[in-house]
Amino acid sequence: MGAFGHYLLAHLDTLKHEFWALFVGGVANGLLYGMIAVGYTLVYGVLRLINFAHSEIFMAGGFAGYFVMKALVGASAPSAFASVGLIVLGIVAGGVAGAVMAALLERVAYRTLRRRNAPRLAYLISAIGASYFLFNLAGKEFGHIAVSTPQPYINHAVFHIFGAPVLMYYIIILIAGVIMFIALDRLVAKTRLGRGIRAVAQDAETASLMGVNIDRTIAITFIVGGALGGAAGFLFAMGTGVVYTMGFVPALKAFTAAVLGGIGNLRGAMIGGLILGVFEGLCVVFVQAAYIDVVAFGILVLVLLVRPTGILGERLGRSA
Amino acid sequence: MTELLAKPPLRRLLITIAVVAVIELMTGPPGSNTAPTAGFKGSFAEHASFFGLFRTQRWVLFLFLALVGWGIVMVWMTNGPRVRVTLNKWLVVPRKFTSTRPVRWGVLGALLVVAVLLPHIINSPFWQAAMVEQIAVYVLLAIGLNVVVGFAGLLDLGYVAFYLIGAYTAAWVTGALPLPPLFNHALNPFWAIPIAIALVMITGILLGAPTLRLRGDYLAIVTLGFGEIVTIFANNLYGITDGSLGSKLIPHPSIHLGPLKYVWGLKPVPYYYLALGFVVLFLIVFSLLEHSRVGRAWTAIREDEVAAESVGINPLKYKVMAFAIGAASAGFAGVLTASQSNFIFPSSFTLTFSINILVLVILGGMGSIAGVVLGAILIQTVTEWLNNGQHWGYQPSDLYIYLGALLIVMMIFRPAGLIPSKRRKREILLSEADHENSHMDEVLLGDDT
Repeated sequence: MGAFGHYLLAHLDTLKHEFWALFVGGVANGLLYGMIAVGYTLVYGVLRLINFAHSEIFMAGGFAGYFVMKALVGASAPSAFASVGLIVLGIVAGGVAGAVMAALLERVAYRTLRRRNAPRLAYLISAIGASYFLFNLAGKEFGHIAVSTPQPYINHAVFHIFGAPVLMYYIIILIAGVIMFIALDRLVAKTRLGRGIRAVAQDAETASLMGVNIDRTIAITFIVGGALGGAAGFLFAMGTGVVYTMGFVPALKAFTAAVLGGIGNLRGAMIGGLILGVFEGLCVVFVQAAYIDVVAFGILVLVLLVRPTGILGERLGRSA
Repeated sequence: MTELLAKPPLRRLLITIAVVAVIELMTGPPGSNTAPTAGFKGSFAEHASFFGLFRTQRWVLFLFLALVGWGIVMVWMTNGPRVRVTLNKWLVVPRKFTSTRPVRWGVLGALLVVAVLLPHIINSPFWQAAMVEQIAVYVLLAIGLNVVVGFAGLLDLGYVAFYLIGAYTAAWVTGALPLPPLFNHALNPFWAIPIAIALVMITGILLGAPTLRLRGDYLAIVTLGFGEIVTIFANNLYGITDGSLGSKLIPHPSIHLGPLKYVWGLKPVPYYYLALGFVVLFLIVFSLLEHSRVGRAWTAIREDEVAAESVGINPLKYKVMAFAIGAASAGFAGVLTASQSNFIFPSSFTLTFSINILVLVILGGMGSIAGVVLGAILIQTVTEWLNNGQHWGYQPSDLYIYLGALLIVMMIFRPAGLIPSKRRKREILLSEADHENSHMDEVLLGDDT
């Protein structure tokens, strides 16, 4: 016990010194997880299925943004104005790629099965097949080695909180993430389209009797989730670079975040992402980097076993 | 324009062309991150010959193939049902004949004789090694996963974990790991077989008991994570597994039982017979289970868990059983691989591997033992053939593109597999028939079919 006590005390001391730096990084990661988690939650809301190929939507966004940055970012650092323009362009490229990928996925791997009223297992298997097909095809077309994305900004510390530097990269994620979340939240809560999505999530048959076009609503739900996932892919790619398998781990964690917050619940996805990101960031002090994925996964199993409805509960279609 | 596109013949033509374009991309030359369009350009513009008959750009060739494919689809759409009826009429007599018991036993016996004689017919060292490492091992894994996915209907994406544990058990009991073996006494890998099987079954119970309460899709993701975690631990626990260096110097198995003495050496053929023996053993056990009380309980749970529970079946108990029993053959496969090759690396036990096994089960037919064995032999033989030499610019990393596509195609066109299990086929047909009878679902479908 004594040895363990010393271990804990020593690490708690490190945690005290590093807390804010880790916290800031964790929040940025958490926002990215939240943006991916939204895709899982939206699809789960309307279809009651986990979209196993969501990781490849994320990857598509990452690659799209990467190629745009590679074509446009020069050797010298861009001016502040150009920097903002480039980042917006990258987010749009990532979002469009993600949306297109999601639409194709829905058409090929989901709608064909829905027509036949296939058993649930069939959807899971076709989505896993799509995921494998897509990321290995990306590996073939874009190479199997990881590359870093040219950065359209100077990654300096913009300001400090409690002595911890807040990097430009984190600020970009924060701004982009907050804007996208508010937009999504309003879209689902206030627009006609959002009402359709919520209606299908609550009761698809009744919604269709009320004049909601189910096929179209499901497709749009995939597209909205795909756009956010693709944009997150670009933001992730700016910090970490791109590789054909880049989607796997972030998507697994985003899924954890979605379950943690309550799957089917948009705000839950966001909160779950933030909690997971911060928790994971702080865990770096206590466990080796190699085991971080194990920690995230342990949380998933724990949540599923203890409270499968998540923190905010499954509020399918109830509100945002 | 949209009206014209909605017409079935034109729609089908466009779909065929799209599918063929994807195939072009899959089979085309690779690109790279510095030249991301090279792969696309090459796939369409590169020259290719059609079995030496004529040489043209790939897109012309594939467009030609698309048109041929479209023609076949159109003919099938109008005449398909009639052809199927005629075919069935012809097949009734042979089916009646093959379904009689003596004929079935005769066929099984003949297949066993062929399997026993096979290493003497095939003399190529490459194929003799492939028969053990690539086919027998995968057949073992596929029939095990079939118990979980096919019989009990549980999607296990972390099946590779049991294979890894089997392999590392072989390394452990023979003293090849930093972790000292049982009672500090290194055993022969032959004794690792029962220990590994017992250990993976216990792992299956330990993993299954808490997680099998979860719904199907949650279970899939939890097992996927479990497979990843086991690999992460094997990769990083240097004090126990030697980490990413892998475990080396695992001895070959041997038997010393009184007068019975045999040492498995470097040659693959003796391992083939060892594997064949265990394949037959597992096949007998699994098919007896399938038709026992336990197998019927699995079917009941798979078809309707609530109904099964209401007639007194404890779903959790039978699901955990499926997990443990399915893991057994993976445990043996692990020992076989480890002791034959002498070394194991954690990097060879990846999620990709689990998916690979899943494809074998899906192609053959979930729940159909004959189908799964056939699927495994078929895919692994084709894969090995492709890996052995140059075939149309195929590269080993392309395999997973094809396997992924195969999963989608099977789910769309033949979800019950090549040789469907009777029960499975009926389930799928019933669910689809329900669908046709319900007016509500027509509303749900919309009218763009």
